[in-house]
Amino acid sequence: MTPASAEPRSELATLLFGRLSLDSIPYQEPIIVVTFLVAALAGISVLTWITRARAWGWLWRDWFCSIDHKKIGVMYMVLGFVMLLRGFADAIMMRAQQAMAFGDSAGYLPPHHYDQIFTAHGVIMIFFVAMPFVTGLMNYIVPLQIGARDVAFPFLNNFSFWMTTAGAALVMASLFIGEFATTGWLAFPPLSGADYSPGVGVDYYIWALQIAGVGTLLSGVNLIVTIVKMRAPGMSLMKMPVFTWTALCTNVLIVAAFPVLTAVLLLLGLDRTVGTNFFTNDFGGNPMMYVNMIWIWGHPEVYILILPLFGVFSEVVSTFAGKRLFGYTSMVYATVVITILSYLVWLHHFFTMGSGASVNSFFGITTMIISIPTGAKLFNWLFTMYRGRIRFELPMLWMMGFMFTFVVGGMTGVLLAVPPADFVLHNSLFLIAHFHNVIIGGVVFGVFAAISYWYPKVFGYKLDVFWGKASFWCWQIGFLFAFMPLYVLGLMGVTRRVSHFEDTSLQPFFIVAAFGAVLIGCGILASLIQFYVSYQRREQLRDVSGDPWDGRTLEWATASPPPDYNFAFTPRVHDIDAWWDMKRGGYVRPTSGFIAIHMPRGTSAGIILAGISAVLGFALIWHIWWLAVSGFAGLVGFAIFHTFNLNRDFHIPADEVTRVEDARTRALAATGA
Amino acid sequence: MSAHTSTMAVEGADRWLVREELHAQPGTMLGFWLYLMSDCLIFACLFAMYGVVGGNYAAGPSPKDLFELPLVAVNTAMLLFSSITYGFAMIEMQRRRVNATIGWLAVTGLFGLVFLGIELYEFHHLIHEGAGPQRSAFLSAFFTLVGTHGLHVSFGIVWLVTLIVQLKRWGLTDSTRRRLACLSMFWHFLDLIWIGVFTYVYLMGVLR
Repeated sequence: MTPASAEPRSELATLLFGRLSLDSIPYQEPIIVVTFLVAALAGISVLTWITRARAWGWLWRDWFCSIDHKKIGVMYMVLGFVMLLRGFADAIMMRAQQAMAFGDSAGYLPPHHYDQIFTAHGVIMIFFVAMPFVTGLMNYIVPLQIGARDVAFPFLNNFSFWMTTAGAALVMASLFIGEFATTGWLAFPPLSGADYSPGVGVDYYIWALQIAGVGTLLSGVNLIVTIVKMRAPGMSLMKMPVFTWTALCTNVLIVAAFPVLTAVLLLLGLDRTVGTNFFTNDFGGNPMMYVNMIWIWGHPEVYILILPLFGVFSEVVSTFAGKRLFGYTSMVYATVVITILSYLVWLHHFFTMGSGASVNSFFGITTMIISIPTGAKLFNWLFTMYRGRIRFELPMLWMMGFMFTFVVGGMTGVLLAVPPADFVLHNSLFLIAHFHNVIIGGVVFGVFAAISYWYPKVFGYKLDVFWGKASFWCWQIGFLFAFMPLYVLGLMGVTRRVSHFEDTSLQPFFIVAAFGAVLIGCGILASLIQFYVSYQRREQLRDVSGDPWDGRTLEWATASPPPDYNFAFTPRVHDIDAWWDMKRGGYVRPTSGFIAIHMPRGTSAGIILAGISAVLGFALIWHIWWLAVSGFAGLVGFAIFHTFNLNRDFHIPADEVTRVEDARTRALAATGA
Repeated sequence: MSAHTSTMAVEGADRWLVREELHAQPGTMLGFWLYLMSDCLIFACLFAMYGVVGGNYAAGPSPKDLFELPLVAVNTAMLLFSSITYGFAMIEMQRRRVNATIGWLAVTGLFGLVFLGIELYEFHHLIHEGAGPQRSAFLSAFFTLVGTHGLHVSFGIVWLVTLIVQLKRWGLTDSTRRRLACLSMFWHFLDLIWIGVFTYVYLMGVLR
């Protein structure tokens, strides 16, 4: 975006600042300047507010340094929501541009800026919205569902969160310092190589994802070990709640897929920085290898996103139908089959790249086979509802929206899996409509279902129903308006990532799509209002019982919000739906005899390590080598220093446990529960 | 089930609850295994990359022109010996002899350093001859695969030195023993990867 300054830079400036100069700050672009001012104002007001509330110490000790899986889970959700606002701002800018840039009108975004926006939108929505939401949900809910006190490696959990945040911070920094990639969200070479993308955009992309990827991988390892090793006594694998099952499969996918992303981004980074020839056009490079490898990560990634939400829908539907989930065993096997198959389909993302008919047919068929276990899941949900006493609470509303929307998206996916059809639809708006259909209809609706389902567990009061319904209908109708026109346009041959159209007859479709995006914006606004209104009305919406929905799994067995130690006594499990079994089996909540509880201790090491990593990433992006070397040395040095800290745990004394539990006993007695 | 049953022991309450402190099963070894497997996938990608572009010399030198098998054989021996000596360190750890453990660890570290020294010499030599990583896709893949392994060995040595310091300070505690076991897996894992590199890159490269 910024042309290199005319006169060569002094050697000293290059030594000190690498590629960074005052020209790197896009102050001549009014849109970015205004964005910066708004962001700065919002940032300053938040900081002032925290300072005036004297909340820094509390925030630092009780949240930033906390290794409590519940607080880390909440922080992941907050990160996801903040980044959703950014990702949505990108979306509405694209929709506005495409609605006006016809014929003589060039729209309001220069092509270079437009290219950065569609790249940032994809990267942010997948890596810094959907991933934090999914990881946050698993972090909060999984230990509670298996009756554990925390995850297996609490410090790593905190570190993972801050690494994800450091990656997000780098992407945000690219908005105001330099530029972001203009390559599309997977940065295919040779376009993303040094020859065709000489700026810092792709380097921001590479290092933001590398740093966030470390966090994701470690959190995957962490949750697998948690689920395998820390289940309550009696909870065999086939008695685990379905959400925990899907979390297990998702984390297996994370551990099996993210190293491939790490490797391929490493190779691209070497091509750009060191001048190697992995993906270049000359000296024997092979760009197709990049496309293969990144999709070997990328396809499992979409299942990493959707599987936990399948788990959420399973929990929601059985709770609100008041029945045990239909076909628990088949649900588990369907999840495992999807996990395995998700590895065998990557090539369907590039049928058109000349692999030949036999290879294409193999991957087309494996892709279509995935719809079988997915279909089994849908029928299981339908049969769970059949003859149930369904309560149409908010989570159930999102569930119904999901079933309707996701099935349409799934069917267009099977269409795209047919190689000859894909030759027509490849890279068209039909594809865009398809994956938004499954990601919004599946992941986003699932996240909202999960938020409205578990919100009372996390904060102790339910969410306001009116604004929740407003949000749901805006999203549902907005989605249809925004993406159905894209199916039509795609079938007519309109390709993706285009910032200007000659054919004005297409314009009405794009105007309808822009209207849909505005409606979705109203949906996001409504859910923000919902959080605010619910907080204001929290006394009316309060749930003291800890089990507002008459739930079935162990997270409902403890208080809302749960105490630091989750359960005063670890539960014993005898059946699927352990809490339902306890309620039916005459379980009485203990009111005395409490013992001291062993807990991990908070630490600032995670946020410090992630902070150094962000600085290191920034230095590598801008080629500030002295800073990169010192950042790297600092990272290794601090990590070694941290291994000398053995003061990592403590006991919550029995008196303290008794005090917390007595308070709950009194609260329960006061409501007559 | 617990001897702790106090006055309030409701009939059947212990069907639902564990009344005593429950020690979670240790998960470090499983977690570290999972990490190693993920690392193994990174190497798998680098091997795949080498497999695909390893024959693309771009009119430059081929493995036959570059590799000196005797030197690589010595290097391989260094790494294999270091795995054996690490094994001795673990045996001494089982016998709870701190100084012997530290001694074998130091020998392991020395073998590791020699390995790295020879590798650096080889890299320097190749670059000096104009066969640097920028020369061709084959050399890019070669340097990246072998270099990533070397970087792992370097980390292993830093870790090893840290552990020696901690052993001197704390002796054989639960946590140092756990860390020794993790590093042991890491070290043998690198050995395994090297056997892949030696066979696939060097031996088959010269045959090609």
